Parts: sequence; structure tokens; C-alpha cells
Amino acid sequence: MTDLTQHPTYFTKDHEWVTVHGDLATVGITKFAAEALGDVVFVELPDVGKACSAGDDMAVVESVKAASDVYAPISGEIAEVNDALTDAPETVNEAPEAGGWFVKMKVANADELSALMDRAAYDDFCASEAS
Amino acid sequence: MAEADNDNLMRTALYELHGALGAKMVPFAGYEMPVQYEEGVKAEHLWTRAHAGLFDVAHMGPASFRFKPGMGPDTPDERFAELARRAETVIPSAIGVLKPGRLRYTVLLTDEGTIADDLFVGRPAHGPRQGDLYLVVNAGVKEADFARLSAVMGEDVELERYDHGATLMALQGPEAEAVLEGILPGVAAMKFMDFSPFPWEGQGVIVSRSGYTGEDGYEILVWNDHASAFAAELLKDARVKPIGLGARDSLRLEAGLCLYGHDLDVTRDPIEAGLSWVIQKSRRERADFPGAARILAALASGPAELRVGIRPLERAPAREGTEIFAGGEQVGIVTSGGFGPSVEAPVAMGYVRADLAAPGTPVELMVRGKARPAEIAPLPFVEHNYKR
Repeated sequence: MTDLTQHPTYFTKDHEWVTVHGDLATVGITKFAAEALGDVVFVELPDVGKACSAGDDMAVVESVKAASDVYAPISGEIAEVNDALTDAPETVNEAPEAGGWFVKMKVANADELSALMDRAAYDDFCASEAS
Repeated sequence: MAEADNDNLMRTALYELHGALGAKMVPFAGYEMPVQYEEGVKAEHLWTRAHAGLFDVAHMGPASFRFKPGMGPDTPDERFAELARRAETVIPSAIGVLKPGRLRYTVLLTDEGTIADDLFVGRPAHGPRQGDLYLVVNAGVKEADFARLSAVMGEDVELERYDHGATLMALQGPEAEAVLEGILPGVAAMKFMDFSPFPWEGQGVIVSRSGYTGEDGYEILVWNDHASAFAAELLKDARVKPIGLGARDSLRLEAGLCLYGHDLDVTRDPIEAGLSWVIQKSRRERADFPGAARILAALASGPAELRVGIRPLERAPAREGTEIFAGGEQVGIVTSGGFGPSVEAPVAMGYVRADLAAPGTPVELMVRGKARPAEIAPLPFVEHNYKR
């Protein structure tokens, strides 16, 4: 189970979030991204076991209006996907940074995390994008 | 009026109102337009199907052609007949038969008989205006449309454009009639495709019982200095919410209505587009429109491809440009696709080889490199709710 009490720790400029527990990283899209997308109607998740490099296309999220790519924030193998999104894609809007998580990855290189933003830096980044 | 690029977008008279209503604005056809408001595309779509939605469609091109002062025949009947005759040289519908106060959906043809635009044409209801030819063309091609039509109308005819001085808005949905009747008494008696002037606050507004959502409703042309007040008057009614272009697109897609530049363009003729009904019998017999030989041959023997509805059988939407396969080969392409909030499933339109166009025919959609099952579906996806 995902620890829903733990808030995301790392953020990307593409609006993914990452929470690390041990050697697993849970990945989703941020509240900012979910609000910008609008009503999510479909999420395409990768196959478990797929190896991703940081920046690779990892998933696709579709709103009523458009399809958007979700990128791997770090390198690693897909360990688990959130199958609940198949039948309830709206969870991405309802709880983007908790139950609306996309995948869990085996962290290949923990050093990559240091390249990501923390919450304060991400909030500043969103504010600059919105203005 | 110069065409705007994305750095120099035009704004409609309702721009300030959109801001106050929390709209997300996007560039569209040279204008800065609301794509959605705070509740989002899905809620706006469902609201319109259940209540009444207000749309800013002031980017479109309403206009009238009329004879210049002192020119043309004497009576309104003769003037309209002559304008209709000239328009019919590039439009394959019977326009001259339109009664005062009636509109008709049709297409503007290229010299080859393909579709340069889809549009509404009408004959005004009252007085000397009965001698005018009214039309509403699409935003993205209005300059080209007006140029093509002006060329066949000739030197003795002038074009009055309303797209810069007036605001076209649409009120759509099952509660539109009750709402608008309270503001413009008499509109409830109008039938689908009627249009007529009504007085409001000492001015005239032009009302048509038409729209592009599949729902009953109206389009209202209001002079710019009264446009915000008129929209605010509508929004005072709790049954009315503002609706953006996002929901306008999903509503018209569910209704099986074509979007120019996507489902229709200069590579398609009216027959393959499933619009043969816009060419009335009298025009088929006269065969006097551009590309008549090609179009009538397609009508007689069937076109190579047909516009169809498509239902993806899985949850992944198929967007515009998605290739359609059958038996291992490409047999068509999706021209509009997304998620239908009322259908609660993905829906699409596109063109397929005519032998595969029957509803229920299985096809595959190539979405992100993966073949996904789909079937040809009847259009519309949601029944029309027009008041005929």
C-alpha cells in the first residue's frame, strides 16, 4: 500500500511528484498539473518490469480535451502500477498527490533525486509558470 | 480588418466578463477565447444537456449581403431572389426558396466541388431586410469565405459584416427556451432554423433558433455595446452557466456535427462528408454548382470514403489523426475524437472506406502504436433535441 500520509518530496518541471520509501519511488502528477488538465478520462500506464530512463515517456493521461505525456522523473524499473486508475481515472483529479499515484519504480540511481525540486522550489516554479 | 497572429489576438466584447467568470482563455482562430470556466469541460457539457449553457461565439462571421443603394431590383422578393441566384453559383443548396425568417445549413464549395466551409444562410424576416442574404461562416476561414462570396455577388452588392460591431452568443440546452422567453417574449414560438429580430432595451437583437450542440436553443446577435449586459442578464438566471469551447467541441461531436478544418476541408466533398442532404433535388436536377459532375457521380455510384461515427471499445480516446485499420491495412482516419461526457465513453468521427461504413463494422484504431478495437457507430451519438 502507498503510505497516503506521506507527502510528496520531490518534484519535476513537468509536474510529476516523487515520494521515496526505501528503494521504491512512488510517482504521480501534481495537483497543479491535474487542475490544468481538467477532467481525466483515461490513464495509460506502463507494463510492470519496463525499464525507464529519467525523461522517458512513461504514461499518458487523457482529459476530455487532450492527451498529455507523463515522463519518468528518475531512472528505474516499473515495480507496480496503480490499476485502480483504469476504472476510476477521475481519482487523478480527486487525489492527485495520494490515491491518484501512477507507478512505483525501483530507484536505479538515488543521485538523480538531488536534481529534482523540493516543495518550496516547485511552488515557486508553478507561480512563475502561472504568471 | 487584419488577421491576428497569436501575439496579437482579438478579443470579443465579452472578454471582461469571461475574466470575471474565471475563464481559462486560449488562442482560437485569431481570438482569445474561453476554453473552460471553473467547473471544467465535463461539468459544463453535462450542464448544457440538462439546463442551459451560454457560449461566446463572437469569433464567428455573421454578415449580410445586400444591393448597394440605388442598385438591384425594386422589390425585396426580387432582390433576395437575385442574391440567392448569385450565391447558388458557389453553394449547392436551394437558397432562393427560403421563406422570410428561415435559415438553412449548407456548404460553400471550391471550384472543384470540395468543401471550402460549412455555414448557415438565411433570409431576414421583416421589411426591406427581406431583400438581404444573411449568413454565418466559420471564424478560421471567414476572410476567404467573404472574398469568395463577394466575388460572385458582384460590384452592385455590398457586404455588411457584424463580427466586429456585434456579438454572436449561443444559449443551448433544454431550458434555453424558458430562459430566453423571459427576456425576449415570443422566442418560444420560434421553430428550429427560424430567425427574427426582437427588441431589447431599445435595441434590436437578431435571434435564431439554432446552434451546434444537438440541443434545442438559440443564437443571438447583439450589438457590442449591449453584449455584456445581455450576457449578464442571461447569467442572472440560475438555469444558465457559461460554457467554454472545450464543451462546445464535445457537445457537437456527440451530436455528430462537423467541425470545419477537422471533419470537413477542401479535400472532402459533401457526399463523402454525409452532407448530400444539403443539395436539394432542384439543385441536383440543375447540376449548376461547382464540381457538379463529380458530386453527382459520387451521389449516384457512392463515394470511395464516408464520414462515420466510431466507438472505441476500450477506454482510450482516439484523437484526430488516429489511423483506422481493418484486415491489416489502413482504411481511414479519425478527424475528431475525444471523450463524450453524456455517452460516458470515448467517441470519434472520421472517414473510412465506404464498404466498411455500416454501423457495427469492427475496425482497429492505432493509438500510440497499439491497435485497439473499435466499431463503426451511427451518428449522432446523442439524439438531437431540436424543436421542429
